[in-house]
Formats: sequence, structure tokens, C-alpha cells
Amino acid sequence: MSRTATITSLATSVSEVNIGAPAVEVSNLRKEFVRRDRRRGHPRKRRVPALVDISLRIERGECIAILGQNGSGKSTLVRLLSTLLLGDGGTVRVFGYDVFSEPRPVRRLINRVSVEASFFKKMSSVENLSYAARFYGIPASETRTRIPMILERVGFPLERRNESMENLSRGMQQKVSLARALLTSPVLLLLDEPTTGLDPRSKLEVQEFIREMRATHDATILLCTHDLAEAEALADRVGILHRSELLALEPAPDLKKRYDASSLEEAFFSATGRSFELEEDDDDWRE
Amino acid sequence: MPGSAATVRAELIGLAGIVERNAYLVKRYALWEVAFFVWTVANTLTIVFIAEGVEASGGSLDVNRQTTILLIGAVIWAYLGIIFEILTETVAWERWEGTIEYTFMAPLSRSVHLFGMGIFAVVYGVARAGLLFGVIAFFFDLEMPQANFVAALVVLGVASVSFIGIGMMTAVLPLISPEKGTQLGFIAQGMLLVVSGVYYSVDVLPEPMQWLATISPATYALEGIRDAILEGAGVGDLWNQLWPLVVIGAISIPLGLAVFRRGELYAKQHGKLKRSG
Repeated sequence: MSRTATITSLATSVSEVNIGAPAVEVSNLRKEFVRRDRRRGHPRKRRVPALVDISLRIERGECIAILGQNGSGKSTLVRLLSTLLLGDGGTVRVFGYDVFSEPRPVRRLINRVSVEASFFKKMSSVENLSYAARFYGIPASETRTRIPMILERVGFPLERRNESMENLSRGMQQKVSLARALLTSPVLLLLDEPTTGLDPRSKLEVQEFIREMRATHDATILLCTHDLAEAEALADRVGILHRSELLALEPAPDLKKRYDASSLEEAFFSATGRSFELEEDDDDWRE
Repeated sequence: MPGSAATVRAELIGLAGIVERNAYLVKRYALWEVAFFVWTVANTLTIVFIAEGVEASGGSLDVNRQTTILLIGAVIWAYLGIIFEILTETVAWERWEGTIEYTFMAPLSRSVHLFGMGIFAVVYGVARAGLLFGVIAFFFDLEMPQANFVAALVVLGVASVSFIGIGMMTAVLPLISPEKGTQLGFIAQGMLLVVSGVYYSVDVLPEPMQWLATISPATYALEGIRDAILEGAGVGDLWNQLWPLVVIGAISIPLGLAVFRRGELYAKQHGKLKRSG
């Protein structure tokens, strides 16, 4: 019997996923970057760890949040899952497909919303979404009706759909970013600090959208965030990534219990020895 | 729809998406396009006036013929510049806008991605080169009674395959060096043309440069287009220029794709496939 099943969602695109395979399976993942060191006399190259021996499993339909300070490795993890990086050791599978050796089927299944909206700024939201949809095989005949529908759904004012992106607020741009992800019907949605820098109202709208994606589209969600309340409210399990290592990944109540903490913030402090509010780049430990 | 047919359809839609995106960019930056065209006209004029300048300073030459030779060289330079700019700068531009990660994580094959950029570059480049040629020819009131523009276009079209292949190789440079990669693309363009007889016959070059001229597609493109426009040569008469272009094209496209893939792997290994900043 075929291991594949068909999942259809709003954008009608069809994705083939391996039945029974976890949405994400990471085993002993290691990633290092080469850095030029000019501070120790003679310039030389050295390898610095970005992720050390990471193992995790995300079941289909699950939402997990990864907490960590700047430089802890959150974005590296997302970029590895997005097929934009090659690992230095270990394996990463998305619905059974190896992201390093089989990137194309993985790319059909994923999309991403990152902290920066990332669009051609002179182009309008409709133009940006139109060409992006083509990369996923969605023809103009479909996007003509679908793009306005999706923009409306994420709360974007349709009368502004032909304005340049540069004229839109950060919150508006992020809504277009959500629309871009939704347009391609991802079964795995990678969210890299999607609400950072948004005003409270926009933040709530984005969070509501994440809940809806999960509830109505069978989407599995990996959320990297700085917002502890957001992680606790949205995620089934919360992970702590500290200095390239995943210290824990469990439901928020279990995490608090494990570290004998009354809040997630306290648990984070107990796990890492650092305050979550301390926002300087966490790079000094690599010396 | 069978799997392979659906894949081909998706790739063709993706290719259309690349062309569509570049068309949007041209539309949104239309005034800048006009400004750059005026700059190209000015640049071309400074070169094409050389023939009249030589005559005015007492030199003896067929001004009409020499002006046309210089004009063809300048137009091909501008055309090649557009091909390289679209292929190379688009990667650099995507990095700057931050869209590079979204484009490279889309399920579009890299060859279709690059062909899409190449197709747009050729269509846009030919239209721009034709306009440039017309404007400058009108400016100098040039006479080209024997010109065979169809044959010249055929030569340019065949040469474009090779130019796209070389453009693919230079397009990877901004991935490897975000800061200086684009400039290296312009250096490649200059190196290609200096050995190809852009404003002079390749016979005047030192011997090692003449050898390089034999492997440069621009040499055959310039020769063929000049023969078509100055002597009225037809497509059949240009076989000596066309077959080397076909051979170089057949080598440069797979080589260009292989170089780009290698560069992309390097960028993915070293974390360079990301937005600026």
C-alpha cells in the first residue's frame, strides 16, 4: 500500500506526505560556521558551533515553540529545515524526506514566515504574492481570485493591495508575509519570530492566524520566538535552545515543574542561568 | 494529471513567475530604466563619435563604415551588460531585498529558475539593444543599404545561449561573495569583450589574446552581426560564425548550471544563502 496520502487545503495545491512519518525528525544535528578571528593577533579561521547534537521530533499537527536568545541557534535550525543550509552532521527529515539529499519534495511541503517580511519593496502585495505563487506551480488563473481572498482573510485591507510594499506598515507587511505562506498551503509552517516588532494588535492578529492555520489546515508549526507568553499560549511543547544546545522540549507545565518554576521565564532562567530579558547577542560564550 | 506532466507544468508556471517578477520590476522602476537608457546612449555616443573624431583630426577612413562597426560593438557591449546585470544583479538584489531565502527554498528547479532569468534578459536585452541601435543610427544618419537585420538577430539569438551560460557562472558570484560578487560579474563582461574585438579586429590583439578570442562567443557574435549589417550576409553565409556559437552554447549552458549548483552548495555549506545584514 502506498505510504502517501493527499492533503488539500485552502489553496487547493496538493502535497504528498508520508503517512506515519513525523512532521519533523531531527537526529544528532550539528552545524558549525567558519569565522574569521581578528582579535587574537594573526587573523585566522576557526569553526564555531551553531547547533550541537540537536535531536527532536515533531508530530504531524503539533505546534512547538523554541525559546532562545539571539545567537542561540533558532534561525539556524529554521534555515536548515528550509533547505537553505547543509548540516555538518546528523539527519533532518521532514515528513520522511531528507532535507539535505531530497530538498525538492521538502520544499513543496514547507513555507516560512520570518521576522523580516522580505519582499520586493517597490512591488505591490499582489505582485509579490503572484510571482511567489508561480514558484509553487500556482497559475495566474488561480491567483487572480485566491490572492484577494487570502489577503482579506489575514486582515489586509484590500483597497491597498496595489500599493508598493514600502508604503505599508510593518504589521501590514507581516500580514502579506502570512498570506504568502498560506497561499502555498504548507503542511509544515516555520515561524521565525513572526511577531517581533509588531504592535500589540498586530501581534494578536498574527497569533490568532497561527491558531486558525493549525485548526483548519492540518498544519504542523515550528515557532521560534522571544515571547514567552506567545510560546505558552500557542505551543503544545516548548523548547529551550541555549548556546546551540537544546536543553529541553516538553509541555510548558512540565517544563515549569522540571525546573521548579512558577513561570516560563523562571524556568528559562533556571535552565540557562540567564535572564530571558537579557537581549545582547549570546555570542561571547563561543570565545 | 500524471506526475511527470504535472511537474513539467509546475516548472513552466515557475519559469513564467520569474519572467513575471522581472517584468514587474521593470514596470516599477520604469523611470530608472529611462535614466539608465539615457546613460547607455551617452556612453555609446562617446564611442561612436571616435570615427568622426579620427577623420576631423586628419585621419583617412570610411566614416560611415567605421561608425557602424563601433556602433555594433557598443550595442553588443550594452546587450551583454544587460544579460549579465539581470542574471547577476538579480541574485544580489534578492539578497538585498531579503527575498533570496524565499526564492531558493521554493520548489522550483534551479535550472528553470536560471533559464527564466535568461529568457527575460534576452527579451528585454534585444528590445533595448534594438532601440539603442535605432537611436544612435538616427543620430548619425547612418546608411546601411545592405543590412540584413534578420540574420543579425539570428546571430544575436544563437550567441545569447552562450551569454546566458556565462551569465549563470557569474550569477553565482554574489552568492559566494555578497560584497564584491556583482563587481566580479562586470569584470567578466569586460574580459570577454576585450578579447572579442569589440571596437577593433581581433587581428590587432597579442597572440595569447587572439587564442582567447577563439573561445569567446562574443567574437563570433560581433563578426556575424557586422557581416550581416555591413555586407548583407544571410544566415546561410554566417555558418562560420554560427557553428562555433552553437558549440560554445552547448558547452556553456551545462557548465553554467554546474558552476551555479556548486556555488549554491558552497553558499549552503557556509551560511551565505541569506539576506544581507
